[in-house]
Amino acid sequence: MDSVKKTALYDEHVIAGGKIIDFAGWALPVQYEGIIEEHEAVRNAAGMFDVSHMGEVDVTGPDAFAFVQNLVTNDVSTLEDHQILYAMMCYETGGVVDDLLVYKFDQDHFYLVINASNVTKDFEWMLKQAEGFDVTLVNQSSEVSEIAIQGPLAQDILQKVVDVDLADIKFFYCNRNVMIDGAKCLVSRTGYTGEDGFEVYTDNASIAKVWRKLMEVGAPMGLKPTGLGCRDTLRFEATLPLYGNEIDQDITPLEAGLGFFVKLGKEKFIGREALLAQKEGGLPRKTVGFEMEKGIPRHGYEVLSGDQVIGVVTTGYFSPTLKKNIGLALIDANYGELGAEIGIRVRKNVFPATVISKRFYQKNYKKA
Amino acid sequence: MKIVSGLFYTKDHEWVRVEGNEAYVGITDFAQHALGSIVYVELPEVDEDVEGEESFGTIESVKAASDMLMPVTGTILEVNEALENDPSLVNSDPYETWIMKISIANKADLDELMNAEEYETFCNEEA
Repeated sequence: MDSVKKTALYDEHVIAGGKIIDFAGWALPVQYEGIIEEHEAVRNAAGMFDVSHMGEVDVTGPDAFAFVQNLVTNDVSTLEDHQILYAMMCYETGGVVDDLLVYKFDQDHFYLVINASNVTKDFEWMLKQAEGFDVTLVNQSSEVSEIAIQGPLAQDILQKVVDVDLADIKFFYCNRNVMIDGAKCLVSRTGYTGEDGFEVYTDNASIAKVWRKLMEVGAPMGLKPTGLGCRDTLRFEATLPLYGNEIDQDITPLEAGLGFFVKLGKEKFIGREALLAQKEGGLPRKTVGFEMEKGIPRHGYEVLSGDQVIGVVTTGYFSPTLKKNIGLALIDANYGELGAEIGIRVRKNVFPATVISKRFYQKNYKKA
Repeated sequence: MKIVSGLFYTKDHEWVRVEGNEAYVGITDFAQHALGSIVYVELPEVDEDVEGEESFGTIESVKAASDMLMPVTGTILEVNEALENDPSLVNSDPYETWIMKISIANKADLDELMNAEEYETFCNEEA
């Protein structure tokens, strides 16, 4: 793994027994103790993820708001200062460039958090779209490290090391001036697990001491280091999309069932015309949930109706929380009724499956 | 990592416990550790003839599905049905948890497999 980049927490992962893999060019732990144990820790107590591979782009200037509002599908005008929005960047075709979190620091300053595998592509796309706007874009991805602490005990654990009252950081809000053991951090109540939790951003030089401090106070309360393996099972159970699976350059947000994050009522944004036309003309494909007794569905498996291929599994697992074989599939929109009987090709067999609600797991967010 | 002496081993990390012309087959401690939590074992059909190095079944962890390869050409005599209810037995006790019992077509094929010592060297090179 010589060409693979290491996060500033690499040594912590090795010490904790992490099984290191190459993920989007980063050496990161897929698991420490085991995916199921770590998955359960996040659902029942708390888990801590190194998500330093995520990309961060700082947007400043008099046109910062106008630039971001044109760039993404969701409506940035609804944001208060320090509030956060989930959104997608689309191509003119309606296909997805990437999904991202939009942090509004103020009207002239936004912070965009993007997927590791897409950083180069996204930043080039943003620079191109910035033409004509009075904005400055800085790709800070290699200078910023990030930890996600997630689970019902995440707040209690993080509270022990911060100098602010975390109850003041509401769901999808942030505080940019939180001190942890002498390190200045950005803390937001966000995550990718379906549980309450926080994401903590700081500089590369400070992240290891933040990680160690949290582990020291959190371990006695049940905090475990958690890897990419359970990050995927957790986000999947909570029906949170993954770029490359549920969304892609050839899949629109509407087909992915993410229409809530696409505000077609906005006057103008990239991809609006294509998405509007798709909505008015009817979706050719849609994303459904399904359940099957026999066979574990996996990304890329074929979906059938009788002998006819009608789509593809975008993500599937033996769900650690529900103890069932469930999946998400992108299929011909004519077939997606709840209760419909479909088939999933698992190697040489086709096993029966039933279309069910995509809401596999009820999210435990603290939205009060 | 546990390796048991007296067994044969494949490069694909199956173990083979020979009893006369028959043998029990499972996956090694190295393999179960590399796979992580096993959630499903797709067992072969009894009476099926399978060539050496062909897939006889699939073992699935949370993350992925992996083929298990027939150590030597033979016929499936029996499968371990306990794995249908509790596939995690492969994680907790890989050498006691046999996956299938086979009859060996040609015992000379066993010469192609590794003994415990050779397998240990092989694993150390792979790790």
